[in-house]
Parts: sequence; C-alpha cells; structure tokens
Amino acid sequence: MQHQMEDFIRALRAADVKVSPAESIDAHEAVARIGYADRELLKDALCATLAKSEDEVARFDRAFDNFFARDPFDFATPPPPPEGGEAPPPEARLEDVSEEAAGSELAQIILAGDSTALSQAMERAAQAAQVSEIRLSTQKSRLTRRLLDEMGVAEIEKIISQARRLEGEGGNALADRLEAGRKIVAAEAQRYVQRQHDLYASESGRQLREELLARKALNAEGGIDPVDLQVMQALVRKMAKRLADRYSRRRNRARRGHLDVRRTLRQSMAYGGVPFNVVWKTERVDKPKIIAICDVSKSVAAAAQFLLTFLYSLNEVVDRMDAYAFSGRMIPVNQILDEHGVDKAILEVLKLIGFQQTDYGRALQDFAENHLDKLDRHTTVIFLGDARSNYADPRLDIMRTIHERSRSVIWLNPEPESYWNQGDSVMNRYLPFCHLAKTCNTLDQLERIIEDVLRQYVPH
Amino acid sequence: MDSDSFASVDALVQGLAGVGYIASRRIATALYMSVHLQKPILVEGVAGVGKTELALSTATLLGLPLIRMQCYEGLDESKALYEWKYGKQLLYTQILKDRMGAELADAAGMDEAMERLHGMGDMFFSEPFLEPRPLMKALREDDGCVLLIDEIDKSDEAFEAFLLEVLSAYQASVPELGVIKAKTPPIVFLTSNNVRDLGDALKRRCLHLHIPLPEASLERRIVASRVPNIEERLTHQLVGFVQALRQMDLRKSPSISETVDWARALILMHADSLDAAMVRDTLNVILKYEQDIQMVEPQVSELLRTAQTTP
Repeated sequence: MQHQMEDFIRALRAADVKVSPAESIDAHEAVARIGYADRELLKDALCATLAKSEDEVARFDRAFDNFFARDPFDFATPPPPPEGGEAPPPEARLEDVSEEAAGSELAQIILAGDSTALSQAMERAAQAAQVSEIRLSTQKSRLTRRLLDEMGVAEIEKIISQARRLEGEGGNALADRLEAGRKIVAAEAQRYVQRQHDLYASESGRQLREELLARKALNAEGGIDPVDLQVMQALVRKMAKRLADRYSRRRNRARRGHLDVRRTLRQSMAYGGVPFNVVWKTERVDKPKIIAICDVSKSVAAAAQFLLTFLYSLNEVVDRMDAYAFSGRMIPVNQILDEHGVDKAILEVLKLIGFQQTDYGRALQDFAENHLDKLDRHTTVIFLGDARSNYADPRLDIMRTIHERSRSVIWLNPEPESYWNQGDSVMNRYLPFCHLAKTCNTLDQLERIIEDVLRQYVPH
Repeated sequence: MDSDSFASVDALVQGLAGVGYIASRRIATALYMSVHLQKPILVEGVAGVGKTELALSTATLLGLPLIRMQCYEGLDESKALYEWKYGKQLLYTQILKDRMGAELADAAGMDEAMERLHGMGDMFFSEPFLEPRPLMKALREDDGCVLLIDEIDKSDEAFEAFLLEVLSAYQASVPELGVIKAKTPPIVFLTSNNVRDLGDALKRRCLHLHIPLPEASLERRIVASRVPNIEERLTHQLVGFVQALRQMDLRKSPSISETVDWARALILMHADSLDAAMVRDTLNVILKYEQDIQMVEPQVSELLRTAQTTP
C-alpha cells in the first residue's frame, strides 16, 4: 500500500498539485489513521492533507477518481451450446496439455474468470514493468507489450498452440477460451497503460507546452496561434495574479531615526510620562502610478495582441494606471480594459484604433495636449511599441518633456535591438529620453521586465 | 475532551449537528484529521459559509474555551503574543530603588554591594509582568482550547511568518524568558477569505478545508437547524430561490448566513410561503449591493417559479 500512496502522490504532482515531502508524511499518517476501507473517507482525508487551495482541490478530485478507478474486468463466459445441436465435447484440462501449462497462473485466472485475481496480477506486472514511469504518449505501445510480457502472455500463446495440437475436440475448445481470454487481457492492458498515461504524463505534456509558449516570440509572423491563445492568456492571468500579490499591497515602512514626537508622547502617558515606547515615523509606501502607452498600428500588427495583453494584465495588477493606445491618434483605453474580459477588450481596442498608419509624433502631440497633466514626479511612463514612425516627425521635444516630468520612462520594444535604427525606426533617437529600453517579445521576458519595473522604477 | 464525538467521522457529523452545525462529510473529515494529527486547519471559502461558526461549534462540542484573534493589517506580536506590563515594571524599579539603599547600606565595598545586588533576583522580565495576548493565552490553557485565528489573509506577511513557530511546534519564544510550550496543543482554526494568497510555508503546516456554498438539500437542513420553527414548505421555497440567485451573475452572491437571516426575517413577518411582493420587500436581507437588487427585482416572479420546480 505504501507503494500505491507514493504513486498517487506522483500522480498528484503530475497534475500540478504541489506536494511537499512533509505533506506526504502527513498523508501517510492520515491513511494509517483511517485505513483504505472507506473510499470517500480516504478521499476527504487525503484532500485535507494534500490539496491546499480551491484549484488544487478540483485537480485533486480529478486525480483521485482517475487513480483509484478500478473497473471490473469482464470475462466472457463460455458460449452457450448452439441450439438443437449436441452438447459440446468436454474441454480439455490444463493438465492434459503439459505440466508447464498447469503451472501457468494467468491461464488459471482466465479459465476461472477471476477478475479480482487478474487485476491484482496486472498491478504486480505493472510494477515490474514500471508502467507508472510513463512520460510520453509514444511509450504507450512499448509499455503495453512489456506489461503483457510480465503477465506471462507468451506462455498463454504457447499453451494455446499446444492445446490445438491435442487430440480430440476438447483441446480446441480450451484453446478458444484461452484465446478469448488473452484478447480481453490485452485490451485491459492497453486501457491500463492509457490510464497511467493520463495520470502521469498528460499534465507534463501541458506543462511542456506552457514552457515552450512562454519562450515563444509573440511577434512572429501571424501572431499567436489561436490554439495557443487560450493557454497564453491563462499564463498571463497567472502572471498578473502573482505580480499583484507581491506588489499591490500598501506597506508602511518604519523610518529609523525619525522620532514621531506626538505619538511617542501619547503612548508615554500610560507610564507617567516616561517614554517607554518610542514610536518612529513611518513612511507610507505608495502604490505605483503608471501611464502605459501602447502602439497598435500596422507595423506592430503581429505583436499588437501581445502588447495589449500585457497592457491588460498590467491594468489588473496596478490600481493607479492610465492606459492609452494609438496608431495615428491616441485614445485612453482604461474604461475598455476595465469593463471587458481580456479577449473582448483587445478586440474592442483594435476595432477602435488599431492597424492604422503609425505616427508617433502625432500621437505624442495628442498626449501632450490632453493628458500631460497626468504626469508628475511619481509617475512611471511605459511605452510599448516598435518606434517605427513612417518617417514623420518623431517630436523629440515632447518626449523630452515627458522625460523631464515623470519619474521614469520605460520603453519595451518587440523588435530585437539590432533592428532599432534600421528603416523608419526612431528608437535610437528616443533612447536618450528613456531610463530603460528593452526588447520584450516573449512572456518570460515580459514577466521579468514587469518585475524589474515594479521593483526599481516605481516609487517605493 | 469529548472523545466520543471524535471516535469516527460519522460520530463527529452527529456531534456537530447536536450543537447546531450541519457539516458535510468533507468538513467533518478535515476536522477529524486535524484533531487526530494535531495540525492546524486552514478554512477557506466566501464570506458567510460558516468558517468562523465551525470553530465556535467545535469549541462548544468539546466544551473547551474559545480564544479568538482577529487579524488586520499592522497586527504584530505585541498584540498577538505578549506584551510587558510597562507600568508595573516601572513601579517595580521604583520600589527596588527605595529598598536598595537599605539593603546595600551596610555593604563593605563596591564588590560586595554588587554581589548582593546579583543575589536579589531579577524580577524585571518575569512571568508576573507578562501580559499574555491571544496566542500566549491559548498556549497556556492547560486543558487545551480552540484557537481561532480569523481572516489570516488580512494580516501582513511578516506576521504570517511569525505564526509558523506557534502553528508547527505549539510553542512561542519570548527572548527574555525562553520558550513557552503548550501543555495541551490547542485546536487551531485559521480562516481566510482569499484576499491574498497565503505563503506556501503556512499552507504546508495546515490541513486545508475549502467550504463551498452548499447544495440545496444540505442548505435546507442548515436552515431547519438554525431556524427551528420554520415551515418545511417555506424552507423549500426559500432555499430554492437562493440557489437560483447563486446562478446569476451577482456582485455578491448570498451565502448561508444570508439565507438564515432571510429565513429569520420571514418568520418575523409571519410568512408561511413566499410570494413576489414579500420577496421584493425583503430582498435587502439577502442582497447587499444596490446594483444586485436592481438586477434581481424585475426577475423575482420568474426566479420564484424556477425555485418551485427545483427538487
């Protein structure tokens, strides 16, 4: 049973339920307490010790049902005698075939139609064949074969051919029943391996895909594969939640060395004026204030979706954020991002303003005319775009104003650095006015940069 | 400890029902494991599903005192664990000063005076001057108690880390005194509304229990147990209606406590069955946001019809 618990915990880990060694000890203790007899009780007890959040509970339930599912094997009973015909000749016995055959455990199980014994035998064979080590779907057929070998199917085949050679009808009848039994065993073995694959390997496949996706360049031709889009958005949401957790809370920090005289005096009154409790002034750590400006024009068409996803997740993380999008003109998009889900919001923004001719100068001018008052020395400005301005005036003067007024300016460019001064890119001319300019076109990079931004470039 | 109730999960379900808490098997199993493995239990779920109530009922069932600590931002160890009684310490030093002259007057020299001073015993940091706060109180209950740490997610991360020692070893360190260990480990409940994710270290030390909103049959039993003289027909309609509300996209879905409040309100108004007018008048008992009420009001009759048909 120890072995089975270990397998189950492995299956849980494969299903993305984090189980630490200490928790698995807890689980063993829990099982020692309540035993295996009551399945529902076992499930609830293990759930309490192993699954530590609502999501994990759901995943735990699935893994448990899958792991402890044991459907009974269905052995065909020998076919009834054909009607009107004479009764079939009595079957030959295993002992008639050979001594070896009489010793074959599997043959006896098949003939007895004992499904419990068969599932136990399969369980043992599976351990010997290490079926639970399955990682990839391509291993399925090989493992099925190994499993059958371990169960002694080769032996059965030998017995069948020997029985066929026996004199009289009895030998054939025996062979037929063994043959039918062998087929059932083979089918069961296949199902068994499939289930093991579902338990241990299917999730690792998904994780692999997520990992690959996190590193995939999202401004590649054709944008993001629609198949991957859902996974990616789930990833972005996860990331946003992680970041929000870490940074969205306001914190008070004691400032050593600055005495808060008023509060110290108030506290000392209880002790007859002796300042027992010395209270230091605290600093309220501000939540970051961010202005994000996102390019959704034709030249970044492939990356626009990605940039907007970023904008969206940033909007979820940071309370005080103003978001703008532009191609030729610039509009505020806060409301759209707040009101809709990520898919809809992106579509809405693109419908409103997307895929037009880029004009950075014009967009900056819009910003300067309408929204410049939003900038102060606490604000971090983040530009998302390729800085390809169709040879129009880049309005460096406005960029300088923004640089001077804000706390910091960060530019995230989906293009690699080597492209930054080629063609109509004015990235290199904007560079002097940015505190930080980075290439950002995969989810991995994105997360690292947001972390950086939140840690260094926003006031705290 | 009332060990009969904790002999098996079924006995525990019945025991809890006896003190007015209708528990699902999952809840009872988690509590059973927590008592037998001596692990704290972390209870999560939306507001009003009975997280705090579970701790209260357990305390009643076991006949143990309940010590409750409400968490909030800025809670620190001087409010949670212990504090020195500064005023008394101050008096003590003054008395000490007064007595010292007489005691040391006949000392031959400085060395002897110091010798005597050491011999006088240092009371300044000692148990009598310790003001125990909830955690310390819980550790010092010799017959055990139920410790409820409410809304742990509202506290700071630093406080969460500080709790680890108390939760895993049932002991606390007071630098001036040493380690204070519980004679009988308390039964600890932590509740969380998921305002923020708790640290893995804390989660690892606890059993986890998520209380979902109940199914109709369970909720009917809860209402019947909490509001004893309610008619069965009314319970049926009321629970059906609330269950239908939970399917809607509301800002705050009504949870069990709202259902129970509503049932009590209806009893006060001598209602023996639900009708649309009655529901409209009392909607503010179950819905806590103006937008929600406005959204539900036009659909009341329809919701009532679905409530009638649900089993």
